[in-house]
Amino acid sequence: MMSMDWTYMLYYLPLLAAVSLVYGGTRHEDMQKILAQSWHTAVWITTFMGVIFAVLLLIIWWL
Amino acid sequence: MGTPGRHIIEVEGQRVDLRQPWLAAFLAWLWPGAGHFYQGRRAKGGLFMVSILSIYVLAFVIGGRHVVYASWAPNDRRWHYLCQVGIGLPALPALVQTRHLKRFDSGGRTRTDYQPLWGGLMSPPRRPVWASRPLGPEGRTDDLSIWNEETGTGFELGSWYAVIAGLLNVLVIYDALSGPIAIPISGRTEKPKPTNSQKSAAMPA
Repeated sequence: MMSMDWTYMLYYLPLLAAVSLVYGGTRHEDMQKILAQSWHTAVWITTFMGVIFAVLLLIIWWL
Repeated sequence: MGTPGRHIIEVEGQRVDLRQPWLAAFLAWLWPGAGHFYQGRRAKGGLFMVSILSIYVLAFVIGGRHVVYASWAPNDRRWHYLCQVGIGLPALPALVQTRHLKRFDSGGRTRTDYQPLWGGLMSPPRRPVWASRPLGPEGRTDDLSIWNEETGTGFELGSWYAVIAGLLNVLVIYDALSGPIAIPISGRTEKPKPTNSQKSAAMPA
């Protein structure tokens, strides 16, 4: 069972936006490509974190 | 693709003049995005400045005025600062605060007449910092413990925000120095498209 307040997840959003935009910006020069790369990065990070979260949740349930 | 004698590169059909790359890199370190403004890459400069400075400011909002400080004292090896200083000028007041604190040092203890500069912004904890928390061997706590207690997880979280801001600026410095790191959006390597002459040569007679 999660004991953490879900509002803690809000801290994730500005960080995700900043990391994705800077990552995208350092890989392209064209602004449209930067934004596309940023979106791609944000989805990738979120998916990765989600998988880690799900695995940890399963481990907790299993224990 | 480079032009001999000049630091002009071509990226995605755009000619980018890196001007003096090392100066641009220094400016990029000094203030996020400043190197790109110097190179005339204003859109990217603005993007970097807003992205990095907003999470840096947010770090202070979440964790208080001490999330960035410089210290290498016993029980207070503030390695975070090595990453945070990647953001340049916005993190440099911490060095001034540390120097100021040293003036009030008396055998490893901070004198009672010590007053931090600028309302304590980026000031390190007074000495000594106890290893045990929350109460030290003299029955009282130290500044670092107080900051952690006052903000809950905010101090730790804010410290990490500032660390990430500093590390992101390292990427920006590299971009100002050398231009974008060319990685296709899909992560796969694109094959170059054959030209018309190559196509006709490959056609069977």
